[in-house]
Amino acid sequence: MQTYRWTLTMALSIVHRATGIALYFGTLLLAWWLIAAASGPTAYANVQAFTGSAIGKLIVFGYTWALMHHLCSGIRHFFWDLGYGFKANEREALTWGALVAGIALTVLVWIIAYAVGGGR
Amino acid sequence: MSGPSSMRTPLERVRGLGSAHTGTSDFWRQRLTAVAMTLLIIPVIVVVIMLIGRNHAGAAQILGSIPIAIILLLFIVASVWHMKIGMQVVIEDYIHNEKLKIASVMANNFFCVAVALASIYAILKLSSGV
Repeated sequence: MQTYRWTLTMALSIVHRATGIALYFGTLLLAWWLIAAASGPTAYANVQAFTGSAIGKLIVFGYTWALMHHLCSGIRHFFWDLGYGFKANEREALTWGALVAGIALTVLVWIIAYAVGGGR
Repeated sequence: MSGPSSMRTPLERVRGLGSAHTGTSDFWRQRLTAVAMTLLIIPVIVVVIMLIGRNHAGAAQILGSIPIAIILLLFIVASVWHMKIGMQVVIEDYIHNEKLKIASVMANNFFCVAVALASIYAILKLSSGV
């Protein structure tokens, strides 16, 4: 590994995989939430107590970013699958774009979530 | 085997689908489910935001409505399928002990099927309102 000069596309390749693995285990939270909703008010209140706590919010925020980043990074892979974006500057632009868009979408989703759901 | 002296026709070689005998089906399904989720992500986020701050009765009513249940079912099937393939790639890349690899691939399948069926069961239960 030391023989390679570390590049952004290499780093983001690992991040794509890492966010994928995080999302894999994050589905447990999604399943827990759906099962709780199907189980009843007490179970649902437990989920809400968790997602409303500081650590819960941090996990859900991290989950949102992992999802948005993996999505944008995945769209970058669609371009490559279709045979576009292989020039050095294009690779860099797509990768920066995925990184920035992932963060921007995460913040946007949370702003909308607070604006819509915050008052309920 | 596939050299110029091979008795196998090109068609027969293609039907062999390479060393794994499943050809590019996982590659194709990984992209298929990725495109499906890209199309579904906005409706799914809208549903989640609709649920924020609601109590159980409100959430159960929204989750039980037919269009929302269908959106979530589609997303669950696509995402679990996608993550099953993705995790298998990770396992095959990093685990080289054959027995551990097979056990990991099995565990991956069990986990994904369990998550999928638990989520699907919950949504169907909410939809039937019992």
